[in-house]
Amino acid sequence: MGTHSIKLTINGKHYVEEVESRILLSDFIRENCGLTGTHVGCEHGVCGACTVIVNGTAVRSCLMFAVQTDGEEIQTVEGLSQDGELTPLQQNFKECHGLQCGFCTPGILMSAQDYLAKNPEPSTQELKEMLSGHLCRCTGYDGILKAIQKTVDENKQLALTEGS
Amino acid sequence: MENVVGKPVPRVEDARLLMGQGKYIDDIGTPPNTAHIAIVRSAYPHASIQSIQIEKALEVPGVKGIITGKDVVQYLNPFSVGVSAPVKYYPIAVDKVRYVGEPVAVVIAKNRYIAEDAAELVKVKYETLEAIVDIEKSMEDDAPLLHENVGSNIANHRSFHYGDAHSAFKNADRIIKHTFNFPKYSATPVETYGIIAQYESSSDQYTINANFHGPFVIQAVMAGALKIPSNRLRIIVPKDIGGSYGIKAGTFPYMVLCAIASRIAGCPVKWIEDRQEHLSASSSGTDRVTYIEAAVQEDGKVLGLKMKMIDNVGAYIRAPEPACLYRTHANTTGAYDIPNLMVDGYIVMTNKLPTGLIRGYGGQELYFPLERIMQMIAHELQLDPADVIRRNLIKTEKFPYHTASGGIYDSGDYEKGFELALATGKYTEFREKQEKARKEGKIFGVGLACIVEPSGSNMGYITIALTPEERAASLPKSGCAEAATISMDPMGNVNVRISTTPSGQGHETVAAQIVADVLQIPREQINVVAELDTATSAWSIASGSYSSRFASLGSSAVYYAAHKVKEKILKIAAHHLQTKEDDLVIESAIIRSKSDPSKKYSMKRAAGSAHWNPLSLPDGMQPGIYETYYYTATIAEPPDENDLINSSITYGFVADMVTVEIDPETAEVKILDYFTIHDAGKLLNPLIVDGQIYGGLVHGLGGALYEELAYDDKGQFLTGSFMDYLCPTAPEIPNITIKHIETPSPVTPLGAKGLGEGNTMSAPVAIANAVSDALTPYNIMIDSLPLSPTKIWQLLQSSKVKTT
Ligand code: FES
Ligand code: FES
Repeated sequence: MGTHSIKLTINGKHYVEEVESRILLSDFIRENCGLTGTHVGCEHGVCGACTVIVNGTAVRSCLMFAVQTDGEEIQTVEGLSQDGELTPLQQNFKECHGLQCGFCTPGILMSAQDYLAKNPEPSTQELKEMLSGHLCRCTGYDGILKAIQKTVDENKQLALTEGS
Repeated sequence: MENVVGKPVPRVEDARLLMGQGKYIDDIGTPPNTAHIAIVRSAYPHASIQSIQIEKALEVPGVKGIITGKDVVQYLNPFSVGVSAPVKYYPIAVDKVRYVGEPVAVVIAKNRYIAEDAAELVKVKYETLEAIVDIEKSMEDDAPLLHENVGSNIANHRSFHYGDAHSAFKNADRIIKHTFNFPKYSATPVETYGIIAQYESSSDQYTINANFHGPFVIQAVMAGALKIPSNRLRIIVPKDIGGSYGIKAGTFPYMVLCAIASRIAGCPVKWIEDRQEHLSASSSGTDRVTYIEAAVQEDGKVLGLKMKMIDNVGAYIRAPEPACLYRTHANTTGAYDIPNLMVDGYIVMTNKLPTGLIRGYGGQELYFPLERIMQMIAHELQLDPADVIRRNLIKTEKFPYHTASGGIYDSGDYEKGFELALATGKYTEFREKQEKARKEGKIFGVGLACIVEPSGSNMGYITIALTPEERAASLPKSGCAEAATISMDPMGNVNVRISTTPSGQGHETVAAQIVADVLQIPREQINVVAELDTATSAWSIASGSYSSRFASLGSSAVYYAAHKVKEKILKIAAHHLQTKEDDLVIESAIIRSKSDPSKKYSMKRAAGSAHWNPLSLPDGMQPGIYETYYYTATIAEPPDENDLINSSITYGFVADMVTVEIDPETAEVKILDYFTIHDAGKLLNPLIVDGQIYGGLVHGLGGALYEELAYDDKGQFLTGSFMDYLCPTAPEIPNITIKHIETPSPVTPLGAKGLGEGNTMSAPVAIANAVSDALTPYNIMIDSLPLSPTKIWQLLQSSKVKTT
């Protein structure tokens, strides 16, 4: 099987790797790069556990090949918090009990992060629709919704204070 | 220091999980020469294996070996199981396949991609046999036989009679009966099964890392299958498990399969199950047919019950089955005061995936017919369903209540809980709204359910599958032992080791809360280790994460172990301060004398003396601080000669009221509101409690409306992906209101009971009752699940009353 050389950035770090063309991005991130925070739950694009951000858009890394990301910039869950400090979104997941086993959580954090960056004032229904691309079998989604909603509210509050 | 037990404190597990630093099975390192496994599986529900050609597959570069059933049987005994039928269950098919997805060959290769390539080249020739999936047909004389040596598809049958059901049925004003079907469904944790297995010939020892969470009685079953002394099978469970809800107890056949693969291939092996494998060939709940008959008075009082239950355990009965039928045996009569009971329990095997633990285990199958019949009684006697429930609920003054079948309900106030559900859901108002809506052509319904939530299983209950005579011939089983170990290092810092193998329930957090309160040190300073290693941890055959046993049993072991540490520290301090232990109190890590406040001694110093200066300790005291406590509840006795069994330790209560609207155009069921009242005794951490309840409820909702492992009538499997097996997602979740009452359990030291499974048991029937109630004008009776739009549509079409 032929291999390709790819160069990309993950969480600000450069990677130059040889990969077979059939290697999934999810496997590449976990196995070649050792970033095991990205999880794999179905490998057919339904559970959302493998979601990462590629060039500013949340994608399912089980539905992409690693070679497709040559030259791209990727962010994974490991790239969210800086110096051990949780981001406000992560902090709210903790406070609102938005996670139990935590297996679905990295994917949901990445989707939510991307979504909120593009839609700062979503309705609850819109948040639910966004979450419909993720399966969580532990929480019943209640804590997750509360955590994201709280982040939206805090962001709004922040915008108001900054604006005034 | 303020006590933290009972407070909604955030979890200590969260930071690592949020930062992508969880340590799940697929995240832990493997030895350098580890090979990867792909499994060739049967595409047929029932067939004999004619030949398996592996030559081509062996030529794929990177393949290290391929093994088939014939290769492994020499190393294995069939798995033992708690019934006397001689079913031979191996982790891989030997002569015959009996369900779609059954392992046929194992390919071992350098990586998973190569293993999959080679697996495609393995050619298996089958001769197909007639398959059977229908529960009742499987019991007929001419049904296709799965296990020729058993001679029947019935793996177990037992009859029980408690009280005097004959008189109850003779004296009844009416007998109301119906047959109900509960479907086969699963729980689909987002993380699938994962195993790393390594055989070492020098010591004839297997070491297996797996996301298996017990029950650890299965460790002995695995060792028996591997033909080795049990201390040569070391099982290590990682710190983090990506959900299970019982399903991962079914990892064990694959653990044995991987162990043998490592032995034959001569290298460590790793297997991560894929989603299709998980849906078709991991584990699931049982499907059950129940014939239920109730002897009732005109006022709705139930005098007696007869239940014939037939559980389908799939192609092979395997541990811990037939527990699905018996886990709820003590609470067969649910929340009702019904002294006369007959139970006829059958276990059948058909060409479906074998079953095992699942959240609610046995509860949803039991309460579906029981709570449906309560509503039917109301319907037939033209009473309000709420009044029928009221008439039969166990009265508050009757606790501790002894059930017909031997259960001892430790505490409760069912009437208060139920009235709170009706008040919270505004039951009477909804009835008025419903009447108005009906006039407008809308279909509204309300469903009620009251259930008892058993937790902390008594190991003795499994033996109820045997007759009293069979039991007398074997050694008795009882108890529900759990262990915890607490150590204090020379600096006074605390490590807690638990054996409850959590998979998201926050045991680390709650254990730290309990230890913090007992030892009066900040919980942040307490490190809880949740990994379990059968070679080094304190564990018991009952250990593990199942039957909601942490709050009732695990927490009790932690509590008593912390007290042992406290006692030792106080003894040391008393010795140094020359006072009595009962003169001492601990306040913020300082030990003080009550009679002379100037006398104080730091906890750190006490710990330091135990390690650094053991000669200063009181006479006879051992150095160090390392305390293990094994806890069991004394009420977990073996079944007696009359088959009375208290199958669980604590019994919580759940009262649900759910309202629905059905769209006459699409037949879709929309849940308007779900109200649920819980009594789980003293709550240890309300934040975690509500999280568990939401999760359990949404799983119940899935069982009611969406989830089914479906087979066609020829045994072909139809739901092999998440596109076919539908799990609830965020937009499907209705408004949910949770309320609590707390009647502490007198059985556990903290007064806590297990929880988190209650609504998985109650939601399917509560919703079915609501849908049935909504469809009353159409004379439609709900007796099976899930309530998909297709099913409701067909029912509406065939109903005699027109929808227009
Ligand atoms: S693993 Fe990618 S969506 Fe499930
Ligand atoms: S937290 Fe376990 S699957 Fe979402």
